[in-house]
Amino acid sequence: MSLLEVKDLTIHYLTDDGDVSAVNGISFSMEKGDTLGLVGETGAGKSTTALGIMRLVPNPPGKILRGEILFDEEDLLAKPEAEMRKIRGNKISMIFQDPMTALNPVMRVDEQVAEVVKRHSGLNKSDSLRRALDMLQTVGIPPERGGDYPHQFSGGMKQRVVIAIALACTPQLLIADEPTTALDVTIQAQVLDMMNDLKQEFGTSMILITHDLGIVAETCDKVAIMYAGKIVEYGSLRDIFKQTAHPYTIGLFNSLPPASSDVKRLKPIPGLMPDPTDLPTGCSFHPRCPFCQELCTEKAPEDKIISPGHSIRCHFYQELKEKRPVAEVGK
Amino acid sequence: MSEMLLEVRGLKKYFRTPGGMLHAVDDVSFTIEAGKTLGIVGESGCGKSTLGRTVLGMLDATEGEIYFEGRDITQLRGHGKKALHRDMQIIFQDPYSSLNPRQCVFDLIAVPLKVYRECHGKDALHRRVTGLMETVGLAKRLAYAYPHELDGGRRQRVGIARALALNPKFIVCDEPVSALDVSIQAQVLNLLQDLQDEKGLTYIFVTHDLSVVRHISDDILVMYLGIAVEKSNTKELFKKPLHPYTKGILAAIPVPDIDVKRERVLLCGELTSPIEPKPGCRFANRCPHSEQACRLEEPVMEELLPGHFVACRRARDLNGI
Repeated sequence: MSLLEVKDLTIHYLTDDGDVSAVNGISFSMEKGDTLGLVGETGAGKSTTALGIMRLVPNPPGKILRGEILFDEEDLLAKPEAEMRKIRGNKISMIFQDPMTALNPVMRVDEQVAEVVKRHSGLNKSDSLRRALDMLQTVGIPPERGGDYPHQFSGGMKQRVVIAIALACTPQLLIADEPTTALDVTIQAQVLDMMNDLKQEFGTSMILITHDLGIVAETCDKVAIMYAGKIVEYGSLRDIFKQTAHPYTIGLFNSLPPASSDVKRLKPIPGLMPDPTDLPTGCSFHPRCPFCQELCTEKAPEDKIISPGHSIRCHFYQELKEKRPVAEVGK
Repeated sequence: MSEMLLEVRGLKKYFRTPGGMLHAVDDVSFTIEAGKTLGIVGESGCGKSTLGRTVLGMLDATEGEIYFEGRDITQLRGHGKKALHRDMQIIFQDPYSSLNPRQCVFDLIAVPLKVYRECHGKDALHRRVTGLMETVGLAKRLAYAYPHELDGGRRQRVGIARALALNPKFIVCDEPVSALDVSIQAQVLNLLQDLQDEKGLTYIFVTHDLSVVRHISDDILVMYLGIAVEKSNTKELFKKPLHPYTKGILAAIPVPDIDVKRERVLLCGELTSPIEPKPGCRFANRCPHSEQACRLEEPVMEELLPGHFVACRRARDLNGI
């Protein structure tokens, strides 16, 4: 039984300037204990997907048009808001990208952690505070700093507080939206290590949203590559890194500065992300794709399973495989 | 040995704050050969951007000397400084806040040309700006677009065109690709390299992204809390980092390869404050190898291996040199 199953989720932002197709019918499922990496560039729809699962898409202008989100076999989209509130922060919680804005600047950090404990566990104020201090300790903040305010912490420490809030009720699913993008490399390594340990300890499943393939390689079991609101490639870590199939994923890998410094020029993906109010016909990636053919401009490719657990959206996968020397893929 | 375009000796930049003197850049020295790229790496708050700006004279140095083409430019003011900026330019980190939102692309690129009275007559100006737009890969139709209509990659190209407008010899690139997505980042990096090959530009490339700096730089200077801790050519630095901090940041970069299991050298703790720093090595309280003596005496930059400088008391015995 899957912990989370998303089926044909479609989220648009209906704005005065047009209909922004942020998420266009994505489907995936997650087993208990999995870490799924949701990878893509700005505007790919990663964060909107996460907000959709939390039912936090700002409405208006955001609107979930279609789809099902089955969590523990219950459809979250069918739940009334009051029910959703009992789930958020309790069974599913989220870590936001920017710890500077995710915390309340005029509230002590221990109270911010205790708030969520009190709401979901029914403990009284002093017990929830005690629980909050334990939680802060778990994420590496000494209890004597519990009475401090967010501005007294550094970026890395603030993100630890955010993580403490997210994990306070031992959620079954944790959605981490670029949790380390705002942090320096050494602090990033500390935070990622800690998240991995806590995930093991609490048996939490995680959706990790990131644009950094290095972080994906180190933390995820499954990877979904998103482009223009669709999952263009989905597979296990090994599938994505070693059997890279979709031209966009290949382009992403080729854009990274290589580890061996002998390569003088990078091979970027030409062109830009398409305008989400006016997506190209057919395959959204076709204007930037080096292998584009006529069919690609006319018909959107269906999800094709190319090996167990590895699926892609591309018409010419077979042809590509023959054309492309294997050595070029996945450095 | 080819000519040194830029030489910086004992450069210091302090800021006065209510808490005391903030040592943003403390006694940093380096040289850059013409046509090369020096990468300056470090975490936020290590003084790398301040260093770039002080070199350009955007900030006045507290102490130290800067030589550009053999001439001391540290004390230049007024006309002298203005003339100097023909040769020394900067590309800013954030293409969102470094462009005037009320000027269109054409006007933005024309600003330096107008300030320096480079072009006589409208036609000449038009030709120059169009030429610059072509050089950086901006379509002609965007000439009258405003910054908010452009995506990050294109905005950064406008920033690059502005920096190139006066045909400088030297450009400080202050995190030029940090705000961009990987596929766009690769496009901009290629552009910067092409321009360097074509025009023989010299770059200081300030960044926190080690994989970018490894790709683009010839030499690297690693900074920590205002001081230079290690300096070497790029290959050597990545092959044999000598300073414990450099080892720490190299080990902390996530590698996009599932077969490489990196050796973890987790640096504990965080940056301390650069305000009135205590004597001794500034990295000592995070360093896994620090001893009592590290906290007392300041380490001196030494050439441990040919061309490879490091400021660490214990570098010799830790690396078996």
